[in-house]
Amino acid sequence: MLKRISDEQVMELIEAAVFVSDKPLTSDHLKNTVFDEFNISTKRLKSCIEQLQMHYETRAIRLVKVGSGYRFQACSSLSPWLNKLWQEKRPKYSRAFLETLSLIAYRQPITRGEIEHIRGVAVNSQIIKSLVERNWVKVVGHKEVPGKPALYATTKQFLDYFSISSIDELPPLPENQAQKIEQMLNQPQEVD
Amino acid sequence: MDNQVQQKLPLAFLHGQAVTEKPTDLYIPPDALEVALEAFEGPLDLLLYLIKKHRLDILDLSVSSITEQYMQYVDLMKEIKLELAAEYLVMAALLTQIKSRLLLPVHKELEEEEADPRAELVKRLQEYEQFRKAAENLDDIPRVGRDIHIAKALIDESDLQAPLFPDVDMKELLLALSDVMARAETFNHHQITAEVLSTRARMSEILDLLSQSSEFVPFEQVVICEKGRAHVVVSFIAILELVKEQLIVLNQSDINSLIYIKIKE
Repeated sequence: MLKRISDEQVMELIEAAVFVSDKPLTSDHLKNTVFDEFNISTKRLKSCIEQLQMHYETRAIRLVKVGSGYRFQACSSLSPWLNKLWQEKRPKYSRAFLETLSLIAYRQPITRGEIEHIRGVAVNSQIIKSLVERNWVKVVGHKEVPGKPALYATTKQFLDYFSISSIDELPPLPENQAQKIEQMLNQPQEVD
Repeated sequence: MDNQVQQKLPLAFLHGQAVTEKPTDLYIPPDALEVALEAFEGPLDLLLYLIKKHRLDILDLSVSSITEQYMQYVDLMKEIKLELAAEYLVMAALLTQIKSRLLLPVHKELEEEEADPRAELVKRLQEYEQFRKAAENLDDIPRVGRDIHIAKALIDESDLQAPLFPDVDMKELLLALSDVMARAETFNHHQITAEVLSTRARMSEILDLLSQSSEFVPFEQVVICEKGRAHVVVSFIAILELVKEQLIVLNQSDINSLIYIKIKE
């Protein structure tokens, strides 16, 4: 017999569970652990999470959904001051690193050769290695072409790191002026 | 005086010449060039830099001037013996090829079949530019550790669920210990030492004792059980030995009566 529970209690349990969990929690995981002895539907759980999110709207902490579930994080507008808590500077990523990562993020699954073609230079093995070690990128398969090159894709940890819940939330790719190319090709310019 | 004030103040002096206008482009000193060239992420990046430097639209790619500029940079790279990546040379070849093709007159009939040689390059430049910007955008997205700080609470340790392991009873612990001890016993090393008590020495002692009295000495006074098993055994063997050597005589008046020992005269 599953026990009954009030919305207030559900919200309290979600709040505490997400706060004490080491990793982000999904609603399914919550349902199967914290709420396993209660009679609570996924719909009700989701609505309670939403209420809790609204409740935090006015606070310095936000309940956000990232790639691998829900977590609490400090309001990002406070970061300039919060950063002072940590002495060491956070690492800056090289352009090569960021370009490779964006290609994997926007064009996944993608092979190393395809990355190299777009960037016009060989991909530094160290960059791929470091992306895989950070768990941001993983091999999801092998392309059916000679050499069977590995196909790279981003992971949930990558989404967590950028605090988004899906790849669609990345800023849209800058406009590719494809139409303009057509136009240019139709009216070839004179050589100067 | 007034006239001088009216004049535009020079920003700086370069080789004795007053510079009044801000330079429109960065001046890269030759020794810093190596660093600057390393900053390019390949030939596409260098080309895009050149196009922007000359405020050109990628789409109106003026192959002639860009090729010239590009070759200047490649020559500079060679001059300072910077290890020239093959990709830069491939691009140089491509630019030259495009330039030569554009210089050739176009046959009216072939015009439709032959695509603009710049098209492929422009496409690649645009695609690269797209991801160069995407990378910049990605760098601007808030990220954990820099712009995002994960909030976390701790559970009061004392409120945590009862330990998953049951308490161990002292009795059980002692039983386990005795078990181990019993097993350890089987691994004991038994040191076999040479007989501490020498039969020959005991024989002398017995003779000494008996010689002190000319009378019979009761067996129990020679073989003393309180002195332990080893003593009894050694003493007994000593007596047997002495009897054999006919140094002592044993005497017993009756079965079950006391046995007496005396030195043989």
